Amino acid sequence: MLKNDPHIGSPRNRVDGPSKVTGTAKYAAEFEAPDLAYGYVVSSSVARGRISRIDAGDAEAVPGVLKVFTHENRPRTAWFSHNYQDEVAPPGKPFRPLYDNEIQYSGQPVALVVADDFETARYAASLVRVDYEAEPHETDLRVVRAKAYVPPKKRSGITPPPKPRGDAMKAYSEAPVRIWGEYAIATEHHNPMEPHATTVVWQGDGKITVHDKIQGALNTQGYVANVFGLSKDDVRVISPFIGGAFGSGLRPQYQLFLAVMAALDLERSVRVELTRDQMFTFVHRPETINTVGLGANPDGTLLALKHEAVAVTSRFEDYQEVVVNWSSLLYHADNVELTYKIAQVDTYTPGDMRAPGAPLGTFAVESAMDELAYATGIDPVQLRLRNYTERDENENKAYTSKELRACYQVGAERFGWSKRSAEPRSMREGRELIGWGMATGVWEAQMNKTSARAVLTIDGKLEVATATADIGTGTYTILTQIGADALGLPMENVTALLADSALPKSPVEGGSWTAASAGTAVDAACRIVREQLLAYAQKMDGSPLADAMIDQVTFTNGSMVLTADPSRSVTLVAAMKAGGVDRIEAQETVSPSKINQQSYSAYTHSAVFAEVRVDEELGVVRVTRIVNAVAAGRILNPKTARSQILGGVVWGISMALHEETFTDHNLGRFMNHNFAEYHVPVNADIHDIDVIFVDEHDDKASPIGVKGLGEIGIVGTAAAVANAIYHATGKRIRDLPITIDKILAAQE
Amino acid sequence: MNRFNYLRPGNLDEAVHALAADPAARVIAGGTNLIDLMKYNVERPQSLVDVTRIAGLSTIEETDGGGLRIGALVPNTGVAYDPRIEERYPLLSSAILAGATPQLRNAASTGGNLNQRTRCYYFYDAGTPCNKREPGTGCPAIDGVNRIHAILGQSEHCIATHPSDMCVALAALEAVVHVTGPGGARTIPMAEYHRLPGDRPEIDTTLAQGEIVTGVELPADAKGFATNYTYLKLRDRLSYAFALVSVAAALDIDGGTVRRARIVLGGVAHKPWRRPDAENLLAGKPAGSDTFAAAANLLLEGAKGYEHNAFKIELARKAIVRALAQAAASTPQSQVDKRIR
Repeated sequence: MLKNDPHIGSPRNRVDGPSKVTGTAKYAAEFEAPDLAYGYVVSSSVARGRISRIDAGDAEAVPGVLKVFTHENRPRTAWFSHNYQDEVAPPGKPFRPLYDNEIQYSGQPVALVVADDFETARYAASLVRVDYEAEPHETDLRVVRAKAYVPPKKRSGITPPPKPRGDAMKAYSEAPVRIWGEYAIATEHHNPMEPHATTVVWQGDGKITVHDKIQGALNTQGYVANVFGLSKDDVRVISPFIGGAFGSGLRPQYQLFLAVMAALDLERSVRVELTRDQMFTFVHRPETINTVGLGANPDGTLLALKHEAVAVTSRFEDYQEVVVNWSSLLYHADNVELTYKIAQVDTYTPGDMRAPGAPLGTFAVESAMDELAYATGIDPVQLRLRNYTERDENENKAYTSKELRACYQVGAERFGWSKRSAEPRSMREGRELIGWGMATGVWEAQMNKTSARAVLTIDGKLEVATATADIGTGTYTILTQIGADALGLPMENVTALLADSALPKSPVEGGSWTAASAGTAVDAACRIVREQLLAYAQKMDGSPLADAMIDQVTFTNGSMVLTADPSRSVTLVAAMKAGGVDRIEAQETVSPSKINQQSYSAYTHSAVFAEVRVDEELGVVRVTRIVNAVAAGRILNPKTARSQILGGVVWGISMALHEETFTDHNLGRFMNHNFAEYHVPVNADIHDIDVIFVDEHDDKASPIGVKGLGEIGIVGTAAAVANAIYHATGKRIRDLPITIDKILAAQE
Repeated sequence: MNRFNYLRPGNLDEAVHALAADPAARVIAGGTNLIDLMKYNVERPQSLVDVTRIAGLSTIEETDGGGLRIGALVPNTGVAYDPRIEERYPLLSSAILAGATPQLRNAASTGGNLNQRTRCYYFYDAGTPCNKREPGTGCPAIDGVNRIHAILGQSEHCIATHPSDMCVALAALEAVVHVTGPGGARTIPMAEYHRLPGDRPEIDTTLAQGEIVTGVELPADAKGFATNYTYLKLRDRLSYAFALVSVAAALDIDGGTVRRARIVLGGVAHKPWRRPDAENLLAGKPAGSDTFAAAANLLLEGAKGYEHNAFKIELARKAIVRALAQAAASTPQSQVDKRIR
């Protein structure tokens, strides 16, 4: 038999690494255009009210200023708010920049100053005078919580909580062991390293090329066409590299609107780049309060599971994410009641951020399960195994695969969990209390309809292409691997093209679905090329592959080889010559299997184990060790996959200990809007992170067996850290982030 | 950021002249704070006087009295790793290395570190009121977000904190600031260099109009603190964050008995916070936790917290005791290993 050495499943370096480290990879604000003009945004200082007067005279008088756009002179755009709805917009009326004099949130753009250079625009922006008639605002979730409501119109793609099963409150009140707690997560901002930016290149005749920080070129294209009444043929979106986004680039943001508006009006190329401060003036993770009640038998068997979440949304859109469903997905109880509500505040609409909803809900339920473990004296891992679900009880479906048991086992072994002393405050070294905690992670494994193209040329080079984005996750690399393996080519011969609205259609990059979706589409397009190649090879006189079926042939080293008899082979180039072609192009569209979707639920899982060391007297926490064991189906590239999980774990530590956007409720304004005061972890905060991928065979989640990895790394990590802090100190802190003051204030 | 004139005087006289002529002029060296503030429209200088080409301000020299004089342009990194500083004034090295990042320390000058503005979310946000930025507009921090704010020496007009680590150590070492202005050269003791906000929070220092910092002198007698010292900094992450509370502690110990003590707090007031009477409490006593706690109580006398920063009072009390213990045991806090000693 032929021995093959596939790229898929092997650790491979990022194909886009060299271009990124040498600076040749171009990001949205780095595209040049002749005669480029620069826009600078003026932001509202009040949270709610009206602009009573706006005086741009001094700004316009600055030499080099081209125009100051305000609601008073804004060029005509779409009338109806639904024209502003993008591919992933929640129900409601999307924010329309410079639409009228109404102020809907603090930091709202109220003017765009466009000038010949950035410095002039920035200076002139400081001269724009805006007077407001402020109206009373509210930004405090604790105040509006009483007015929370179940969103009447559901957001597409977001599964609402399942119907209640049994009577959770009754079962809870009768249960021998009861846990009840409120678990809150602070507002967070995405803060990708690259600020949001758009460069619009004026091509003449009303045509524009848009370089936008967006996780899906087609979403930007559709938005621009709808809002500005343009034909999609006149709007080309090319955004090959994204400097992190974490969900902030899913929806078109206001700098896109402003840049396109100015370019069309001035008939000139325009760039609008936001400042770090302005990165706090649009999407954020919603502040969320969970209430969890667990009722159990003394042996830890759950009888009742109640989980309610209340999260903020804006006044104009009902943003929704999945927060509570995870609880009863992970654990069986006969009596289950899950509720998800939102409450309006005067901010911009929250949005998807780093596994939207999941780390919030799992922080709550995994903290509560930890509390139950102590209340019953059962080991936290054992408690989870005792209540393990074999089916998706929310939807009453089988899982496509679920190797969570293996995650617990392998993770615990690697961590040394069996050496844990169960009692809180029982492990110590010097001044530091040591704590070991664990938690479970879960995320939906999705696949979405995606098209891809494959082009093989006579020089043996393959190009694979789809419109989706690589936001730094490794999509370029895995698609290159898939293309290379499909046609038996070295990776150097394969190029992946992404993030261009002219490429075959793809949804936005997000939700961990891209590897499964784009990967399957590329594989499918390559399969057509394979069949074409075999057909050509069989046209040769005395073809060595005559009568061979496609599945009897192995593509390797630039040849098609009869698997059972490797002496019989045809090179790809020879086949193309035989077919009289110098290129083979194929396009294919793939969709998830409806039959599988009806019968099965697909989820990734993880078990996260954390070690913390706490100087209790001074409240200083160090997370010295994390083991994250992940079951995510087929791992295409263990190297980029590990990087994904490392990043997720760092964000999980960040959620546990660092990230928090402070709101001044008097001003209705986020206050720590810079990297000095909005803390993300630095190297000193991060120690050993051990990533394990457990074997998980899955033939239903997606045709290529992939489940996706973008989100799972963060889910569960914050809870594991919080649980480790409890084990170290005996202090249960239910309010993230866990900062020095909370450790000092908490009671044992 | 506004448009400004850029001047690059070749000597001190020219620099003083340029500054004295224009009250809206600012000195720039490393620019690590001023440029940020200009981008935020907080500082809007009409002229920038770049002092980095002035000769004679970039070295660390021995003084006649046996101390060291650090030129105003010596970068923070240059001070922290100077072998004489490391040997004779290790507290200063440690404090500097507890602050910022290597990149910032490479760029930031000694004079600039002294003159960095106080830290407050509102001061940095031109979209909000602030008495320091726009006198008379009010202090929203008092009833707003005040996690990082002052617990000592604040006023009803301002509760901002001075963020420097270096200055906390300089205060502990009783350094002296050398300045030159239109009226000639003079010296200002560290204790008098920064001021409390009072009803003029817009003024951070006692530097007069037209004056330029030329250097900082470390006195010879502070060498007695080279063995029993520490700089303990507590913050919201383990590096690259401003202090919630920091403590510079230095003891001159003779056979278990404290001869002299210095305790200065950072991150709690509009200036490095020091009370000689708290230090005197330790003199002549054995180095032990009871006296440390008494000193801490005196140093924190009158401390007042707000909604989000009240925890700093208790944190500071514990940090002072721990820092004095570190100093007494001659186990100064490592700025590399983040485990608190």
